[in-house]
Amino acid sequence: MTSLATQTRDTTFLCAEGVSHVYPDGVQAIADVSLSLAPGSFTALVGPSGVGKSTLLRILGGLLKPSSGAVSLRSSPPHLSPDPVGIVFQRDNLMPWRTAYDNVCLPLEVQGVRAPERVQSLLELVGLDGFAHSYPSQLSGGMAQRVALARALVHRPELLLLDEPFGALDALTRERMGQELMRIWHAMPVTVFMVTHSITEAVRLADEVLVMTGYPGRITEHVVVNLPRPRELSLEATTAFQKLVMDIRAAIEEAGV
Amino acid sequence: MLLLALWQVLTVVGGYDRFILPGPLDVWEQFSIVATDGRLLRHSLVTISEVIPGLLIGFLVATPLGYLLARSPLAERLLSPYLIASQAIPVIAIAPLLTIWVRSTYWSRVLVAVLVVFFPILINVIAGLRSVPSELYELMQSLRATRWQIFRQLEAPAAMPILLAGLKVGATLSVIGALVGEFVQPKSQGLGFLLVTARYQFKTDLVFVVLLTLSAIALSMYGLVALAERWLLRWKRAT
Repeated sequence: MTSLATQTRDTTFLCAEGVSHVYPDGVQAIADVSLSLAPGSFTALVGPSGVGKSTLLRILGGLLKPSSGAVSLRSSPPHLSPDPVGIVFQRDNLMPWRTAYDNVCLPLEVQGVRAPERVQSLLELVGLDGFAHSYPSQLSGGMAQRVALARALVHRPELLLLDEPFGALDALTRERMGQELMRIWHAMPVTVFMVTHSITEAVRLADEVLVMTGYPGRITEHVVVNLPRPRELSLEATTAFQKLVMDIRAAIEEAGV
Repeated sequence: MLLLALWQVLTVVGGYDRFILPGPLDVWEQFSIVATDGRLLRHSLVTISEVIPGLLIGFLVATPLGYLLARSPLAERLLSPYLIASQAIPVIAIAPLLTIWVRSTYWSRVLVAVLVVFFPILINVIAGLRSVPSELYELMQSLRATRWQIFRQLEAPAAMPILLAGLKVGATLSVIGALVGEFVQPKSQGLGFLLVTARYQFKTDLVFVVLLTLSAIALSMYGLVALAERWLLRWKRAT
């Protein structure tokens, strides 16, 4: 659980400096955002709707070019030949014409890699090896989102971006998916950046929680979560957990949104 | 069957002349004649030979153009006013012009069929491509997919259901197109020619035979596309 202060250049996996973004219609989404992610860390970004959280996520993933500022991955030049990243959205966005198995295969097909054993083991990891030949229409919301997670990891990306990944699920499934995600993250060497509306979810899952507020959005608070792992759901009952949640809530409300 | 019976009863009770409203039995009799002397088959084959290329060429022109219009806002702004304006002119009004410009009887008829099927297919290609969720584009982008991979693995399959719906409409319209072409260019061949001559000769029962044959062709064209759809969209049947 590294904090920003103790990080040196070579323990930084991803670094964003002074990133701002203005959409073509003139709306400024985010302003002067700087952050760094340690390799293998889990960072959550919380904040009110519309502050530009998803915009920042897309910029970090190289899907959107920032209007100013730069994002660099490791020591590679900024977005010269960006490596593929893994991405999971609020909606599962599975291709309805592909089976679960073929959906997970997609990133490998794009890269021209044939690795059926990887697809198989990821389906096992998300607990869906029995549903390999089911179509998305035959899967429940939680199952479909697990397939989406497997798809985001099958090409072994170094960066996994999660944009409100459990936002469309019911509360119970959401909690269970959070625990699953923890388990999968422990099993794979991947740096996770997650956007969420749920402060408790952020605290339960992340090493560090970033708070974004204001219009345009700025990062106004870094909260390091020094809770022991593995974290069980019962952790939420502890005072340490609740204090962190309260602190983050206060940071959001302080901004007056 | 009930409809046929009603039709027969109507002609008998109403006492209509055969050239005003022939009964199903008259039509059947006429059908047997033209079917056995080979005339029906000959004219049908001519019409079918115009319908199929008409649909295929219409599809092959409309699909890339639809792709261009859907993907390039500039192309859409430049071309769509003309495309929409061209649709305001009924094909039946341009058809005589085409027969002047295109010397070949056959190709002028095919061209009319192409014009008729072109627009619904174009519109459906555009609608199909616009139905692709933007997040799936982002997903492909996050995998650093090439333009071709995005087309092959995302756009083509995602647009397929709506494209096929347009193709079904086009399939039935292609028969109308070929018929319009034959009306304005009734040179001794095709079901349109047979229809025109039958009408002049007051052979109303033959008119009925031709109409029924035309709907049979249109239904088969539709059926062919529906069959292709069943295979291409077999994932939709999984429940």
